[in-house]
Amino acid sequence: MSIVAASPPRENALAALIKHSRYVISENPVTGFAFALFVLIVLAAVLGPHLVPYDPLQSDTSEALKPPNLHHLFGTDQLGRDIFSRVVVATRLDFFIAVASVVLVFVMGGFAGVAAGFFGGWTDRIVGRIADTIMAFPLFVLAMGIVAALGNTVQNIVIATAIVNFPLYARIARAEANVRREAGFVEAARLSGNSDWRILAFQILPNVFPILVVQMSLTMGYAILNAAGLSFIGLGVRPPTPEWGIMVAEGAQFIVSGEWWNAFFPGAALMVAVFCFNLLGDGLRDMVDPRRRT
Amino acid sequence: MLMMIAKRLGMAIPSLIGVVIVTFLLTRALPGDPAAYFAGPAATPQAIQEIRVKLGLDKPLIEQFGRYVVDLTHGNLGTSLTTGQPVATELRNRLPASAELTLLGLLVSIVIAVPLGILAATKPNSILDHTCRIISTLGVSLPVFFTGLVLVYVFYFLLGWAPPPLGRLDVFYTEPPHVSGFYLIDSLIAGDVPTFIASLKQLVLPALTLGIFSLAPIARMTRASMLAVLSSDFIRTARASGLSSYTVIVTYAFRNAMLPVITTLGMVFSFLLGANVLVEKVFAWPGIGSYAVEALLASDFAPVQGFVLTMAVLYVILNLLIDVLYGLIDPRVRLEA
Repeated sequence: MSIVAASPPRENALAALIKHSRYVISENPVTGFAFALFVLIVLAAVLGPHLVPYDPLQSDTSEALKPPNLHHLFGTDQLGRDIFSRVVVATRLDFFIAVASVVLVFVMGGFAGVAAGFFGGWTDRIVGRIADTIMAFPLFVLAMGIVAALGNTVQNIVIATAIVNFPLYARIARAEANVRREAGFVEAARLSGNSDWRILAFQILPNVFPILVVQMSLTMGYAILNAAGLSFIGLGVRPPTPEWGIMVAEGAQFIVSGEWWNAFFPGAALMVAVFCFNLLGDGLRDMVDPRRRT
Repeated sequence: MLMMIAKRLGMAIPSLIGVVIVTFLLTRALPGDPAAYFAGPAATPQAIQEIRVKLGLDKPLIEQFGRYVVDLTHGNLGTSLTTGQPVATELRNRLPASAELTLLGLLVSIVIAVPLGILAATKPNSILDHTCRIISTLGVSLPVFFTGLVLVYVFYFLLGWAPPPLGRLDVFYTEPPHVSGFYLIDSLIAGDVPTFIASLKQLVLPALTLGIFSLAPIARMTRASMLAVLSSDFIRTARASGLSSYTVIVTYAFRNAMLPVITTLGMVFSFLLGANVLVEKVFAWPGIGSYAVEALLASDFAPVQGFVLTMAVLYVILNLLIDVLYGLIDPRVRLEA
């Protein structure tokens, strides 16, 4: 009964959202551009290994340290590996790390924050204290410490990146859940006999969800930077695995002798990806919450 | 005012306790058996047991934590396995290098970002405003190690203006006598102008790298808070009274608009202290960040934990200072306290 009653306005809402999105994209072509870039990155992440002209691990010492040319668009590194292929293939790993850590913190921070805002009391105090303690560290430094302690693997980079982002998600989710705690629809659900957990899952979470999704796209850029920074200092990803951060680190030694392409192209790929995520995040925020536009 | 500082100090204590607990847990969360690790690969079970007793690892966790806190109060952060030196001493020796770099980086970024933000706010939607937005979005998107390498390539390899990115001072110069540990200040105290110039040359690129990185939040905040202040009533009154736009913007608006900017400095420091590690690696800067990175690669954990703890304590203190500064500038905060 309630489902039948609820579906027509929901369809309208969806149509309105699409209309609004189209409006936002036409108003702000930058978001459209960022979205196109995003599709390109996802394509590279999914199809990358099948598209590249060379095997990213295949070395050829006769072709070592060649500047960009027609055969090797981005040049070759000290072992003669094709940098273009390595940059494209690396997309998958970097993208995976970013997405995995953002999804992880979305689940952890989202649930902890919503519970803190909804239940208040001790739950709130404990979640708040954990968030404050994490915020007492410079975030990248804490991530270094966590990876050092848990062990030097890609999985732990994902965990560390998620943990340092935890306070941000928990706070937003907490604030959003808190203002809805006494809302009419929550009271109505409670009066009709729903348990706290049911209200949390079916009334509060769906409302907080879109705001957290925007937050996810805003933190994607930071997550990728954080992960690349960790692998730049030698944590997590090991050579010869193609990954942007470690490729820049390997290329860094050639900068002073002028072989710029080793570090430049992976670094530029990283920059473009982060730039794209940041723009996309801003655009998404405009769509979901136009008031916060800056 | 003193009340406010005391109150704020009280608020910093739970953060410090949290920091100590987390760093302790990080030391104990080491993969595998720390005793076996410290004993080395060729150790016999008996040797491992001896080390376990020596390190107190056979005791319950609470007692280990007690020992850890007692060690901390004595300034004992353990000993580095690779250098054999106490971690606290090495961190103390290397801290001035990091501090000099970070503070100069912050200075660079304030000097660029604040005027940029003000200009963008006084002419919203002008070319300048868009430039400000593009620069600040690019600034947060640039991986800090990448900016550093690009600067090295352009200014060292192509133009030859900068010295090679190898530490604080060229080999031809000797360190100035130790007073503050900041080469810029120490060389001036010693009256040694060539050393001052040489160390400044080494500092320019890394400080600029850090500055570009922390530009974005400062510029954005300056712009936003200037816009808010400029639309307020007292600015309208000042304009209506016929004050020059310079007086209105600089004397009236700027001083009020700086308050939220000072608050964001806390976040900026979080970024800066993290980015510092990467910049130190790029420029072979002998600070605490590169010390921690070297130790990390050698799986030498005591320096890493000491580094994390030092950074966190520094960050808590910096946040404290920012809040006190805020109270000094804004009397309303003092009244509330």
